[in-house]
Amino acid sequence: MPTKNESITQELRQKARHLLESGQVAAFLGYTSGSVPMVMKPFVARKPEDAERLEWNSFCVLNLANYLPPLLRSFEPPRRPNDPPPEGPLPKVGVAATGCWSRNMVVQVQENQMERERVVIIGISSRGMVDRKKVLNAVNHAEITSVKEEDNSLLVKGPGLEEEINRWDVIRDNCQTCVHPDPVIFDEMIGQLQGDRDIQDRFRQVEEIENLSAQDRWQWFTSEIDSCIRCYACRNACPLCYCPTCFVDDSRPQWVGKSREPVDTAIFHILRAYHCAGRCTDCGSCESACPMGIRMRILTKKLQKDVLDLYGTEAGMSIQQPLPLSTYKMDDPQDFVLTESFKGEKK
Amino acid sequence: MNPYLPYPARIDDIVVETEDGSLKTFRLVLEKDRDREAWTHVPGQFAMLSIAGKGEIPIGIASSPTEKGHLLFTVNRAGVVTTALHKMDVGDPIGVRGPLGNGFPIDSELKGKNIVIIAGGFAFTTLRATLIYMLENRADYGNITVVYGARTPGMLLYKEELDAWQRRDDLDVHITVDREAPGWTGLVGFVPTIAGQVKPSPENAAALICGPPIMIKFTMPPLEEVGWTDDQVYLSLENRMKCGLGVCGHCNVGPVYVCKDGPVFTRAQVQKLPIEF
Amino acid sequence: MLDNKDFSAWLSRLSDSHDIYGPKKTRKGMLEWARLEGGQLPDPEPGVPKSSIKTFYFPQPETLFEFSARPKKEDAFRLHEPSRHQNPRLLIGVRPCDARSVVLNSMPYQEDPYFQENRRNTFLLGYACSQGCSTCFCTWTGGSPVGQDGLDILAFLLEDGLVLEPVTERGEELLEKAGSARDLTRAQEQKVDEIRQKAPASLPEEMEPAPRLREKELMALYDAPFWQELSDSCINCGTCTFLCPTCYCFDIQDETLRGRGRRIRYWDSCMFPLFTLHASGHNPRGEKIKRVRNRFMHKLKYFPDRFGPLSCVGCGRCVRDCPVNIDIRQVMKELLAI
Repeated sequence: MPTKNESITQELRQKARHLLESGQVAAFLGYTSGSVPMVMKPFVARKPEDAERLEWNSFCVLNLANYLPPLLRSFEPPRRPNDPPPEGPLPKVGVAATGCWSRNMVVQVQENQMERERVVIIGISSRGMVDRKKVLNAVNHAEITSVKEEDNSLLVKGPGLEEEINRWDVIRDNCQTCVHPDPVIFDEMIGQLQGDRDIQDRFRQVEEIENLSAQDRWQWFTSEIDSCIRCYACRNACPLCYCPTCFVDDSRPQWVGKSREPVDTAIFHILRAYHCAGRCTDCGSCESACPMGIRMRILTKKLQKDVLDLYGTEAGMSIQQPLPLSTYKMDDPQDFVLTESFKGEKK
Repeated sequence: MNPYLPYPARIDDIVVETEDGSLKTFRLVLEKDRDREAWTHVPGQFAMLSIAGKGEIPIGIASSPTEKGHLLFTVNRAGVVTTALHKMDVGDPIGVRGPLGNGFPIDSELKGKNIVIIAGGFAFTTLRATLIYMLENRADYGNITVVYGARTPGMLLYKEELDAWQRRDDLDVHITVDREAPGWTGLVGFVPTIAGQVKPSPENAAALICGPPIMIKFTMPPLEEVGWTDDQVYLSLENRMKCGLGVCGHCNVGPVYVCKDGPVFTRAQVQKLPIEF
Repeated sequence: MLDNKDFSAWLSRLSDSHDIYGPKKTRKGMLEWARLEGGQLPDPEPGVPKSSIKTFYFPQPETLFEFSARPKKEDAFRLHEPSRHQNPRLLIGVRPCDARSVVLNSMPYQEDPYFQENRRNTFLLGYACSQGCSTCFCTWTGGSPVGQDGLDILAFLLEDGLVLEPVTERGEELLEKAGSARDLTRAQEQKVDEIRQKAPASLPEEMEPAPRLREKELMALYDAPFWQELSDSCINCGTCTFLCPTCYCFDIQDETLRGRGRRIRYWDSCMFPLFTLHASGHNPRGEKIKRVRNRFMHKLKYFPDRFGPLSCVGCGRCVRDCPVNIDIRQVMKELLAI
């Protein structure tokens, strides 16, 4: 009896092969397994036979939407920034998408980073992806050389190590609190939609920090980021971070210092989070990519919570839904624009 | 000896070279007698100019080592440091780190050869240094031919010197501009075209070519047609540089560092490298 | 042979005159360099700490000099070399791969006064690895789990203490102050011999890529088809370069605050598009595939062509932490197959 992920893998390969063989897509973007347990390799299948290398499991943690716009551009004839778009239909790309990935594709369409017509989305309702750092913690950072996945457990092996771990215990924080596991846009589905999940404490991680004093919050933040090496894996793994020149790299003017000074690192993390406000789907790519185990996702989650509180929307739920921070309505909450003294509020 | 410390220098003179003001030549004097006396360079080398608080920028040395007491740098306003430099005045302090790179082989391969200098736009700077050096040591070289062009007459560098060179009888100078212009009575046409008309002989000769990549590309076929080979052609490459010492990794083109192994390479050497410059 | 108590006492005495660092588990469970005080011992976990040893030789950032940043003032651009009064540093529990990276980095940094000063000022007490990790491959790069390159003292960890072997003269001088050393018992001697023989065998089979890659034609490697697939998965972050002990590229920048300035150098990565961007907007390595290729070609071809060995010590940090599993071992095999 194949596991759920093994069945998804089989169906994904079939669909990708068919799309490539029939010429409907020029490439299919998915995952293949790599040389290290628990790390999957984003993979572009360009020939029908490549489809056999596609794999699906609980370690597909990076958001594939991140790869889509540049991959689509690579199939366009070269042009300079101000040249008009090429005429006629352009080659399409197929891609696998879970709930959050599909929502990031929606955001990319809304922000004119790609056209919906150019992607063939194979939807997969997500059962949550595993946090490899949680698995490492569960075995006290012992060396792991193989992980076998069952539907509800992981069998972890290493030198002198053999342990069965409950899958849900090591699911990523963002997946554990995910409300929308289903793809919101897709052309074909693998398996069934499961519907929204009822999560009571989806912002618990954020609330714990909100409840701290300002001083303790700052203490939490600075100690959380103090190991940051400024490798920008979080930014580069993020489908929202597509600026041709990021503010941290810009030299005219230079907004932020580039080495490991704490103040520069703090500015980087605060601004990166704010640039994601109203756009972030809490896909968790940033945290999964971070080599230092920094939980920068809590910052974007806080902004997700604020946007939901203030504007009642969540990013990427439909292409028609306006982006909250680039739309203005007369009844938008705007208390934050005024300082306490302007509002005449006396404490 | 710390190779990261610049020599303190002052701006001694500034000449606006081009009609659009985008190119200025800065005459710099090293402040310390000791530094001034110890300074020696080869035409084709470059130096890092330092502006406190802005940073460093690699600039080809436009003066010949035979011009004692000062250094000339012709600078195109492009990035942060060059923009700051363009705003500076005579008397302002500046740092100079160098000389860096290899330079043209003026005392080895080029000696005794007929020399063809081909330059376009503001890439003429280190070739000016080379030409001045060769004129000072005229007997060491055979015929010297210069083909130099710019978009418009107003964009030509070193105009007074160009006039003087054109009047010399030991020098064959062809100055050209891309299009007809009011008051211009000289040659009109792109540098590759003029180089093709001049048809320099490859016999016992070396060509030094500096200019935009597109100019170099189109200059080669007419030269090849009259028998020039890649090992006779010297090019000066440009790449982003930071340390100038072959350490920081920015300027590598395949296995070579433009700052340390170059910037001067024969075309034969360049042909063996990936196109990453 | 020192038992742990005497070792700790020795470190405690040394800490009066030395700043001592070693790998410790952080609150997040990962092994990382930490300051050791009062005779504290490093955690003897197998494998390398998260960050490489290069932090000590090539700090992030390093001040090259300080200056007055008022361009027009008389005192402008009077340079001051940074004051570098610091205690000698002693790093404990250095793995042989990390120690060897210092030797390799010294090749391009031969003339670099800052790096060389840090090298003079830093003493390395290494721990031989008795067991390789699954991501280790030092034996492919000319190293060994019990190698001495770059170390001042090599230690073999036994259950009841350490066997310390001086490698350099200055290592010997340090050891003289250790005092109360005891002679090895027959069993301890056997244990050390066992580590020496078994440790290399616990690693992937030895191969010698450096000489074979030096022989290969540069452009044939450069034009290999597999770079495309590698580049397809790469997100162009700096994880590999910043964790790598032998990635040594840097950028230089001026920082100013209220008229005082400093010129610093800080880590840069050839993975970043701005690394090669010209002021004109032209970018010679503007495409991701060129950047990915450059990093590996530098380590496996350009560096060996210039200096001999690979610019890689097989510590496996990039393999362990690349978010998309780009594996330099695989790249080596692909290149060797050409």
